[in-house]
Amino acid sequence: MNKSQSKLSQYLREFWKYRDLLRLLVTKNIKLKYRRSFLGYVWSILNPLLIMIVMTIVFSTMFSRNIENFPVYLFCGQLLFNFMSNTTHQAIFSVSGNAALLKKTYLPKYIFTLANVTSGLVDLVFSLGALVIVLIATRARVTWYVLLFPFVLAQLYVFCIGLGLFLAQANVFFKDTQFIYNAVTTAWMYLTPIFYPLEALPEKLIWCIKHFNPMYFYIGQFRDLVYYGRMPGHLIILAGCGAALAMLLLGVWSFLRTKDRFILYI
Amino acid sequence: MADKNVMIDVDHVTIRFNLSSQKVDNLKEYLVKLMKHELMFQEFLAVQDVSFQVRRGEAWGLIGVNGSGKSTLLKAISGIMKPYKGTVTVSGSVAPLIELGAGFDPECTARENIYLNGCVLGHSEKFMQEHFDEIVAFAEIEQFLDSPLKNFSSGMKARLGFSVATMVKPDILIVDEILSVGDYKFKQKCMKRMNELLSGGTTLLFVSHNIEEVRQLCDHALWIDKGIDRMQGEVNAVCDAYMEEMNQS
Repeated sequence: MNKSQSKLSQYLREFWKYRDLLRLLVTKNIKLKYRRSFLGYVWSILNPLLIMIVMTIVFSTMFSRNIENFPVYLFCGQLLFNFMSNTTHQAIFSVSGNAALLKKTYLPKYIFTLANVTSGLVDLVFSLGALVIVLIATRARVTWYVLLFPFVLAQLYVFCIGLGLFLAQANVFFKDTQFIYNAVTTAWMYLTPIFYPLEALPEKLIWCIKHFNPMYFYIGQFRDLVYYGRMPGHLIILAGCGAALAMLLLGVWSFLRTKDRFILYI
Repeated sequence: MADKNVMIDVDHVTIRFNLSSQKVDNLKEYLVKLMKHELMFQEFLAVQDVSFQVRRGEAWGLIGVNGSGKSTLLKAISGIMKPYKGTVTVSGSVAPLIELGAGFDPECTARENIYLNGCVLGHSEKFMQEHFDEIVAFAEIEQFLDSPLKNFSSGMKARLGFSVATMVKPDILIVDEILSVGDYKFKQKCMKRMNELLSGGTTLLFVSHNIEEVRQLCDHALWIDKGIDRMQGEVNAVCDAYMEEMNQS
């Protein structure tokens, strides 16, 4: 017990030592994303807004009868799912893509994964500006429950870090991970009620999604707060936190188990 | 440790490399090999059973032909690789200059890269702020501070990398054949800087194929040949033996 405790404190000290690096990497990622583009950071708001408008035009004809205020419904799902999908797709390369650096200096290897997911989170917070615009434009009824949104984002953030760490270490040993994961996220997107109402699916599928799709836990809670203006149920909160913790444990465990062998493969 | 002045203690270190001539990097191949029990790593021992101790303020030159395991040994000392057998104990901060500017991002400006590189070496942002002017002055890049690094020449990048790594007075400086890029004047400047650090108590590990530089800068030397410790001790004795063998073959 004592040995693992001292190891944990060693990890924490190392993390503290490199905290400035993490911050610089996050700012670098965000700055570089829009450098030299004319509108710059405005794209963080404009981009999801434009996609939302396109999707609203396409899908509102199909589902609008069941869903009132479709733009807000769609936007809640789309923002969260895109965050998960973008950050984990970048995180896959966070170890293998930084091979040149990891081969030449000693760094905590998880730092790039962490930086990727964190800069994605900052981008998501910018994009919430677009959500505010949509809420105002559609004259949606907003309640105080909206202010609880950081709680949902925190769960999703932890979940993505766990998934990102797992994918990053897997991709060092099997380059196929990136391609398999492409297919996985596509299926995952269609199995998440982003642009359709959950009730439109067959009953068995609804049961599966409600129990096994972590993205449903987060989008569901987020919609409760923003779209329905009510407190999410206990079960979905519990499921969201549980899935986040389980994914974090899986990610950290697999990463720690393999990190010393990265150097032989990258 | 018994001797407090030992900065680097390399104790019977063997480092394994995975040559993996049949590199397994996809799942299907992996499963097939696993079934056939062919899942083997072609092992290559880059460094075999090397031991040496470096005391505070000493300067060690590592010499040997290409591919003899010098860089691998340095990687184990800077913590990038774990030794397969044996232990490496290092006390104090290490600044590895294994490749200049390894932490540079070509899209970022020189100013951003100075901070980034400093933090890669484990310094805080505040610390870098304090030394920023010094670094810029040494690298002589005042004019180009806000240009992206991709527009820099390799010599300029090397100057910047060297300035960042040595400006922070590390306890241990590891230099791996990096001075070959700079021009003559900058090389002299680097040698002077390293001598300053040495007299200030920094411990130096130096890899170079220029034996004259090694003799000039170091007081001890280690000669590695195909991963095996051939000779270690006083710099001139080791260098003489090395040169003699090189001239024979």
